Amino acid sequence: MNAALAANAEDSALHLILLGNPNCGKTALFNLLTGSRQKVANYPGVTVDRKEGQMTTPLGKRFRVFDLPGAYSLNAVSIDEEVTRDVVLGVREGEQRPDLIVCVCDATNLKLNLRLVLEVRRLGRPMLLALNMTDLASKRGIEIDVPALQRELDMPVVNTVAVKRGGASALLEQLELAVRDVVPHAATWQAPDVADVTATQREVRRILAASVREPVIDTRFDERIDRVVLHPFWGMLILAATLFLMFQAVFSWAALPMEWIKGGVEAFGQLLAAQLPEGLLRSLLVDGIVAGVGSVLVFMPQILILFLFILALEDSGYLPRAAFLLDRLMGTVGLSGRSFIPLLSSFACAIPGIMAARTISNWRDRLATIMIAPLMTCSARLPVYALIIGAFIPQTTVAGVFNLQGLVLFALYLAGVVSAMAVAGVLKMTVAKGLQHPLMLELPSYRWPHGRNLLLGLLERARIFIHRVGNIILALMIVLWFLSTFPAAPADAIGPAIQYSYAGMLRHALEIVFAPIGFNWQISIALVPGMAAREVAVGALGTVYALSASGDDVAAQLAPMLAAGWSLPTAFSLLAWYVFSPQCLSTLAVVKRETNSWRYPLLMAGYLFALAYGAAFVTYRVSLALLGGPYA
Amino acid sequence: MKATELITLFELAKGQEGTVSTSALAGSGDAADRELALRLFEIGFVDGERVRVIARGYPGGDPLAVRVGGTMFALRRFEAERVLVAPLAGGKQVAA
Ligand SMILES: Nc1nc2c(ncn2[C@@H]2O[C@H](COP(=O)(O)OP(=O)(O)O)[C@@H](O)[C@H]2O)c(=O)[nH]1
Repeated sequence: MNAALAANAEDSALHLILLGNPNCGKTALFNLLTGSRQKVANYPGVTVDRKEGQMTTPLGKRFRVFDLPGAYSLNAVSIDEEVTRDVVLGVREGEQRPDLIVCVCDATNLKLNLRLVLEVRRLGRPMLLALNMTDLASKRGIEIDVPALQRELDMPVVNTVAVKRGGASALLEQLELAVRDVVPHAATWQAPDVADVTATQREVRRILAASVREPVIDTRFDERIDRVVLHPFWGMLILAATLFLMFQAVFSWAALPMEWIKGGVEAFGQLLAAQLPEGLLRSLLVDGIVAGVGSVLVFMPQILILFLFILALEDSGYLPRAAFLLDRLMGTVGLSGRSFIPLLSSFACAIPGIMAARTISNWRDRLATIMIAPLMTCSARLPVYALIIGAFIPQTTVAGVFNLQGLVLFALYLAGVVSAMAVAGVLKMTVAKGLQHPLMLELPSYRWPHGRNLLLGLLERARIFIHRVGNIILALMIVLWFLSTFPAAPADAIGPAIQYSYAGMLRHALEIVFAPIGFNWQISIALVPGMAAREVAVGALGTVYALSASGDDVAAQLAPMLAAGWSLPTAFSLLAWYVFSPQCLSTLAVVKRETNSWRYPLLMAGYLFALAYGAAFVTYRVSLALLGGPYA
Repeated sequence: MKATELITLFELAKGQEGTVSTSALAGSGDAADRELALRLFEIGFVDGERVRVIARGYPGGDPLAVRVGGTMFALRRFEAERVLVAPLAGGKQVAA
């Protein structure tokens, strides 16, 4: 009954879409209007974010608000823009035609922003204009004659400041008024030609002349910063320092919250263990679910810190500048600076990275970026690296300052980046031969990142991560527990119980595959569940080595056992494997959805597997020859 | 150098200003080229607009950061070569 009421109310709510150029403050306005009543999902078939929120005006009028991807034009050149165009035109499958279009414009940059407004106006749909960033506009001495603009555009115009409490009050007032009826004449949209665009641009300039007085724009502040930040040498230095600081923070700031999560998970496991009788249920809950899910949940602080940096850098306007700086370098392997942001996100997790690639308009660029994203060392590899490095690499100091363990970790990150560039280079020479790759990237003016928007962005990331842990990883942990628990070991068993289970039976087949690269049967078994998600391998090794410790503690007790049981070449070989390791079902699933075909995820899994196997083989053989070993 | 002499945006030196001229642009090239030209129009590289090169990449000055209207865009060489400009007197002169 309640549900029916809610559904009814939802139906009566008007569909309002926010439309505007990138960087006009649309998302900030969306956050201001809808607060935390947001739902982020995907448009079916593509991974473009579909951001929906609810809003009720002071007088009780209800709206469903949609934040569309930023677009310069309805004449789309990227998937983002295609989605925006289709939703605006009401032809996107599964989306209702919007009842009201709110065009958001950066008031300090109307010359660029107004063109889209005029293009949309031609559709004859009910719309109004939100002049955003009016605080900045008046600070810069830009005077906008709102009544005149309203007259010229023939639509309501309101001022907003999306980053101020109450900054949308004028918009809310306007929304109380009746939405004007749909203009009857059929609104067909046609791709404009050069003459159209020229005419529209002329019209924009005429309207601006009639309604806006703008002093000569003072760009000195930005330009002074840019003289350094975009400088080929100093800019690179700043970029390197920023990235260094970022990774430093990921490892040092996250240490404490990770301890807390670990402690919490352990305490919870013990609590459960104490409450439940000995038996299968307890084993499933404590060893299977709590320990398994906890071992992944513990990486959330690192992921969130990485994203905090990325979001703040993006909000401040720095990220596109980093893309500018790296464009030339990435151009040598056939990518463009636009690939930088997706690849940076991939250090946290390849999934948001692959999703961020949708802003790349060129399909081949986008595909190349997607294909190499899993080579960036994502945080799921960290637990594996940490375990093996801790067990095999001594804590010595090199050249007086560098920690050897840290150096090895750095080398592994570097190996990922270098091989990504190599793969991109190969793609350039084969698939994407001789094509020109566009950049055309807006470098917005510098702004202070806004706390509330950062927070909402982070919450969204945390939600996505927990969702993943709650689904895929939970399911895998249960499957793994089942495989390694049944059938039970006979009463007179001598070896660890797992040897007698299904997982143990698989080992013979796996040994044939993995023996040439030095993996023993324990590693081979751990890789089975680890095929689905990389970080699972640590927990799986723990299970295989028949430890009863739970959660992250596995790593602490496991390291000495590994150090005693594995040869150095085996350890190196496993590290090399993990630089490429194809094991992440969620990544492959996202690639499938993103590229709309099985071809690319299969290709990705294939090439990653080949590289992983090859690298592990070479590493194993070379270190065997150098260090000597059992089969030397 | 006469003010009417047109050069491509890519040839504009860092710090120098110019005025966009689209007279020679319309209707040339293949589909991808037309699309590029259209997008350049849409983001503000229209006839008579002032542009200024703020920064250039290294080596070869590619890509370049250009201010047009109130916005700054990063363009690659082939994109910048699609825009013709009349360099303005004053500012730094292009090396001959
Ligand atoms: N001063 C000021 N800053 C704003 C306003 N609206 C947005 N911003 C900032 O502008 C930047 C871009 O905003 P965002 O919402 O991410 O833009 P989007 O790309 O259109 O979604 C962010 O740093 C915002 O904090 C405003 O009205 N006034």
